[in-house]
Amino acid sequence: MTEQTVNPGEVLLEVEDISLSFGAVRAISDVSFDIKKGEIRAIIGPNGAGKTSMLNCINGFYHPQQGTITYKGQKRSQMKPYEAAAQGIARTFQNVALFRGMTTLDNIMTGRNLKMKSGLFSSMLWWGSAQKEELEHRRYVEDIIDFLEIEAIRKTPVGRLPYGLQKRVELGRALAAEPELLLLDEPMAGMNLEEKEDMCRFILDVNDEFGTTICLIEHDMGVVMDISDRVMVLDYGGKIGDGLPEEVRSNQKVIDAYLGGGH
Amino acid sequence: MFYREAGQFKSSYKEDQAIFPILQDRIGMGIILLIAFVGIPLFTGDYFIGAIMTPFLILALAAIGLNILTGYAGQISLGTGGFMAVGAFAAYKFATFTFTFGGFEGTMPLVITILLSGVMAALVGIMFGIPSLRIKGFYLAVATLAAQFFIEWVFIKVGWFTNYSPSGVITAPPLIIMGYEFDTAAEKYLFTLTFVAILALAAKNLVRSHIGRGWMAIRDMDIAAEIIGFKPLQTKLSAFAVSSFFCGVAGALWAFVHLGTVEPEAFGINRSFAILFMVIIGGMGSILGSFIGAAFIMLLPIFLNNVPPMIGWNIGVDMVAHLEFMVFGVLIIFFLIVEPHGLARLWTIGKEKLRTWPFPY
Repeated sequence: MTEQTVNPGEVLLEVEDISLSFGAVRAISDVSFDIKKGEIRAIIGPNGAGKTSMLNCINGFYHPQQGTITYKGQKRSQMKPYEAAAQGIARTFQNVALFRGMTTLDNIMTGRNLKMKSGLFSSMLWWGSAQKEELEHRRYVEDIIDFLEIEAIRKTPVGRLPYGLQKRVELGRALAAEPELLLLDEPMAGMNLEEKEDMCRFILDVNDEFGTTICLIEHDMGVVMDISDRVMVLDYGGKIGDGLPEEVRSNQKVIDAYLGGGH
Repeated sequence: MFYREAGQFKSSYKEDQAIFPILQDRIGMGIILLIAFVGIPLFTGDYFIGAIMTPFLILALAAIGLNILTGYAGQISLGTGGFMAVGAFAAYKFATFTFTFGGFEGTMPLVITILLSGVMAALVGIMFGIPSLRIKGFYLAVATLAAQFFIEWVFIKVGWFTNYSPSGVITAPPLIIMGYEFDTAAEKYLFTLTFVAILALAAKNLVRSHIGRGWMAIRDMDIAAEIIGFKPLQTKLSAFAVSSFFCGVAGALWAFVHLGTVEPEAFGINRSFAILFMVIIGGMGSILGSFIGAAFIMLLPIFLNNVPPMIGWNIGVDMVAHLEFMVFGVLIIFFLIVEPHGLARLWTIGKEKLRTWPFPY
């Protein structure tokens, strides 16, 4: 298991001919695409096109029946989600998947768990290395809280927060893991214009400041065309378009899929 | 009016992450500890100390154990009594085991005996926690119920655990530490209190560490927890281990300090249910709630029993017992409706209200 470092502009993750089916239902059929280091990659498509299934394959939640996924130059076999997390893939969910009983601060702190090593006994004593470690990570988490401008809600249980803020906390939790590849599943679903603008700014800032590669699913075409470097379009589990936003916009198949013509 | 945090500014994350960040809480805790360690042994009688406070503390410890598993890690368990039994019988076996070590012959020191019995319970807990990787909720409760019955059965059937005592009853050795024997009710109480206080602090520290956050993450949303990097196996089994350790120590204390002579029936299914009710009524996911729940389930019936005679209401003993059941049942239902998250939540809400009182906006 040798991990290569991937320079900006090189391929970080490559998906080759993957197919995924649940019984007789084919969710994804023979899709290939790649994600380059440092870019914002969008996956779009009508409902049920297989976008979320694609993300689930990438972070090890589903195992495609055919095809290979190569991450950092290393071909992956069947892998568990926590192994993907350990390799630097973090994600957010379409339906907010926060830990509702915990505060904003604790939720974001869970994102640091892979970096926290103190054992059972030192944690029980809350002394020495365990305390030092906790405080170090707290500092990092506070930076994220500052960055996302959610200082006022750090001690609030997330179950009480409005939807837009919950999405933001979820982004914070994923960021706390210092991921190399960040998968965002509809980060702007159900938001009003202002919240969408905020979220766009955060995504661009994350990409800019931390150099995080981002792969996002989004339905808002305006947003996708504005912020993404390359766009892939899925329909009925197959790839119907891939390229720069302008190319995709003028692609006849894509227009048909969205406007309902041609089928 | 005096419960305010105004003017208490924290200038470091360390201060902010203290267990009691608010000064008044620290003072309150100090007073409680003072009463527990000094006031109660000095000013109350043997009956109150030996028959009420000591068992209350031990059951609170068991409730903390179950709360770690059920309240924090979200794994329902009905095997608490079984894990307590493992602690009790392991402590007995360790205490009656004579070993020779470089010319020194004797038994293990008491504190080590009790801690080791907790470790044994933890190992058994891990074993019975393995099904939790596959099953959840009520189904897991049924699997842990199997643990309860199996453990009880083993201690009744296998003579080795009771050193072949014909009645199946074990008698705890005297409590001796460094040649000093704890034999009065007050001394035993202080012994228990020290154990419970230290372990409660350890539990509190653990649940606010990254390990505790892992448990809560698994409880609140297991898929997201796995995707953020918590290994389900490690997280769930560590919860089972720590929880069973606490229950095991509680079982050992129950046998050695409270009862003295023990049979497996002392750790039957009723015990498991009683502790589960303590956790539910006290508050899931709260160390304080474990104490409140234990107090509610254990102390309230005693209190209710004494109320009619106290107010000079002369009714028969059996009538008092019936009344106790009725009032107790009504209170349980009342509290579950008013605050399904337990009495600890009521306490938290009360504190929030107090902070802003008398101007709630």
